[in-house]
Parts: sequence; structure tokens; C-alpha cells
Amino acid sequence: MFDWQFEDEWFPKIDWRWDYTWEILPRLLEATGHTLVFALAQRSQSRVLTFVVREFVEFVRSTPLLLQIFFIFYVGPQFGITLSPWVSGMIAIGLHYSCYLSEVYRGGLDSVPKGQWEAAIALNMTTAQPYRRQIIPQAIPPAIPGLGNYLIGIFKDTPMLSVIGVAELVHTANAIGSETWRYLEAYTIVGLIFLALSLPAAVIIRAFEGFVRRKLGM
Amino acid sequence: MEDLSGFQLKMDGNTHPMVSFRKERKAYGALVVLDDRDLDVASGEMVSVIGPSGAGKTTVLRMLMTLEKINGGVIYVDGNPLTHMEKGGKLVLAHDKHLRARRSDIGMCFQHFNLFPHMTAIQNCMEGPVQVLGLSKAEARDRGEELLELVGMVDKKDQHPSRLSGGQQQRVAIARALAMRPKVMLFDEVTSALDPEVIGEVTNVIRKLVSEHNLTMLMVTHQMGFARDISDRVCFFYGGKIEEQGPPAELFGNPQRERTQQFLSAVKEAI
Repeated sequence: MFDWQFEDEWFPKIDWRWDYTWEILPRLLEATGHTLVFALAQRSQSRVLTFVVREFVEFVRSTPLLLQIFFIFYVGPQFGITLSPWVSGMIAIGLHYSCYLSEVYRGGLDSVPKGQWEAAIALNMTTAQPYRRQIIPQAIPPAIPGLGNYLIGIFKDTPMLSVIGVAELVHTANAIGSETWRYLEAYTIVGLIFLALSLPAAVIIRAFEGFVRRKLGM
Repeated sequence: MEDLSGFQLKMDGNTHPMVSFRKERKAYGALVVLDDRDLDVASGEMVSVIGPSGAGKTTVLRMLMTLEKINGGVIYVDGNPLTHMEKGGKLVLAHDKHLRARRSDIGMCFQHFNLFPHMTAIQNCMEGPVQVLGLSKAEARDRGEELLELVGMVDKKDQHPSRLSGGQQQRVAIARALAMRPKVMLFDEVTSALDPEVIGEVTNVIRKLVSEHNLTMLMVTHQMGFARDISDRVCFFYGGKIEEQGPPAELFGNPQRERTQQFLSAVKEAI
């Protein structure tokens, strides 16, 4: 049933594209940082800014990722914005998940007791100072598990990009499967690869949370 | 718009009180917590505020610390308006910059300490001086250690708040507030969240401040014995007004108003 010869034959032929992987990791970290801005904007004193950002986040969270991918890739060119599948895919996934991530941050920010603000005011700080020195450092540790979930989610959602022709893992497995008629082997291997990357990631995130909490003495 | 023409732009000369509430008013919607209140605290004076809950005791401190906006009247600190500022010869509500400039004279300690949990005791004390006053880390550390010494916490200076007892945390919080060199210190029920056996270590620090330092202090407390011991004056708040005030011996020994008598006898029964 399962052809063990298959791996020996096909593994060397797969174009692994590690460059994508290396490109995406720093992007992910960067995105988790940028997303904080969405969360902070929703706490801004400007009602317009708060409203616009909140509605945008709600809109993106309430529509399917698949639709957003199609929209950016296929509708863009009608308005003169032509992007490669890879770039469209990154924008769609980035946007989609940044809205989820911003909600995780928002929860973290809200979890910091009001007394911390009052203590900062009593020390005569500006409005921005407590964010940098007290609020964000305390908001991050409780947000890490949620952030980790979504980071793994991003990774597991990359197969969605196959619909616009990005040659990621599932796309490649499809191609190999249709060529060799060995779908069982191709999909199994892809599943194992996802597992092999996701499981350690979960462990690393947990360890990272512990590290941050210790570092902050919490 | 409130008519502020009756208020002084600046209090005169050297005789002005350190803190002065003039017709101070605060309401949350329809609920008036402070009504037309006048209260002066002289430089170096220790004033205790007592009264039943909901009498606006804490609100007075919070307004002085600019944690709450004022709804009427003006608060002066060291002769200058805090809640308002001069604009074209008239008083207008202060903006953030003015509040920051004026509140630098005021320090506050809270019922629940509000130490920064991600910082050690000494880092808590250095935070304000470094971030706000612009001191170098070395200067701030020296100042912080000196103050932790004062409150008897210097041996725990590298501990995070989670490793300290309530009384120890409150003593660090006092050192943190003092590190900003305020002229006025506010104590908001600083012993209310403490276990009975550690209240003494905090009240002893406050006693020490009263006897050794020329600070103006305003303290909200439920420790009647303590208030009686160390205050220059005690104010009894009731229903948003100052019902009665005077030297502790008189207010506790021979209260004139019925409300005061009721409150004090109720408190006595509770003990």
C-alpha cells in the first residue's frame, strides 16, 4: 500500500524553497510587532482613529481568508495593482492574521490593572511613557500563548495560497500526486512535515513565555 | 461654562497654603461626591481625612493627583492653580502639559500599592527619577537606595514585588513616591489592604516622615488611633462635605456634630 521507495525517489526532486521559509520567519516576527499598533490605535484618544481601526479589524475578521486571497490577487489587477501570487498571498495572510493578533494584544493591554496607569501618573509620566515602560511589558506575557496559536495558524493556513498558484507544500504534493498517482505518500509526507514544524514551534513558544515571565520577574 | 472670575489667578505672597481646594466640586453623572468644598492644607501640615465610605475622601486625593477631572472650583498647589491655568487674564481648564508641570510637586501612595510588578524594588524607585526627572541611573540608584534605607527595605532592593509582603510593598511604594521629591504626599488608605500585623511597619514609616521631614501630607485612613496620633488636623467628611474638622484631640475627644459623634461611636464599636 504505502510505497517506501517513493521517498527515496521523490524527496531529492522536491524543490524545497527554503528561501521562502527563511523569508517568512522574520516577516512573522515583524508582523507580530506591527500588529501591536492596531491594538494601540484602538485605545487612542482620537475617536475617528479608534472607530476606523476597530471597524477594519472587525471587517477583516468577519470575512473568509480565501475570499481575501482571491480579492487581492484577482481584483487588484482591475485597478492596476498587479501582484505576484507570493506577494498577494503574503499581504492577504498578513492582513488577516494581524487583525486576529491585534485582538490578542488588545486583551493583553486590557489585562494590565488600571492602578499601573495611576502609579505612572503619580510619578508624573507623560501619556506615552507608561505604554513603553509599564503597560506593554506587562501586556506581552499573557498575550504570548494567543500569539503563538495564531503564528502556528498562519503556518497551517499557507496551503490556502495554493489556490492562486503559490508552490507551497500542499501544492507541490498535489503536483507530485497527479504525476505519480501516489497521493497517499505525497500527502502523508506533507502532513508529517507540518507536524514536524508545528509541534516544536508550540514547545518553543511555551518556553519563550516562561523565559519572558522570568525575565520580567512575574 | 462655569464662571471662574471669582477665583484668584495666583495666591499672594508667602502666606498661601500648600494645597488649597476652592469650591471644589465633583460629580459622576447625577451623583455628587464633592460639593462646594473648601479645604486648605498649610505647608508642612499633616491632615487626616476620615469618614464613612462614599463621603468623597479618596476622590479629594485623586483630584489633587489629577487622576480625576474637576467639575467645579479650582485647586491650588503652592499658590498656583493646578486644575486650571491662566489664559488672557482668565482661568481656563488646564491641558495635559500644565497638569504635568504642576503635579510634579505631588506624590501619592495607593491602597493597593500599584508597584510595577516587572521591576525590582530599586527599579521601581528609579523609574520616576530616570524617566521623568532625567537623572542618570547612578544618581537615581543612590537616591533610591537612600530612600529604601529610610523605609527599611534596602536589603530587599533587588526583589520583585511578587516576592514581598503587602507591608513591604507599601514601604517600597512610599520610597518610590518620595524619590520624586514631592512637596505634598498623599496617602490613600495605605494600610487598608494590609494584614493587621504588618500595618505597624507602614505607619511607622509615615510617623518617621512626619517627625523628620518637612512634607505636607494628606492622608485618608480608617486607622483612627493612628490619625489621632500623628495628624495636625483631622477632617471628618460626610456626604460630600466637610462635616467637622479640628485638632485630633478635639475632634476625637469632643466631637461637636451629631454625624461625627455617630461615626466615631460606630467605629469604636467595631473595635
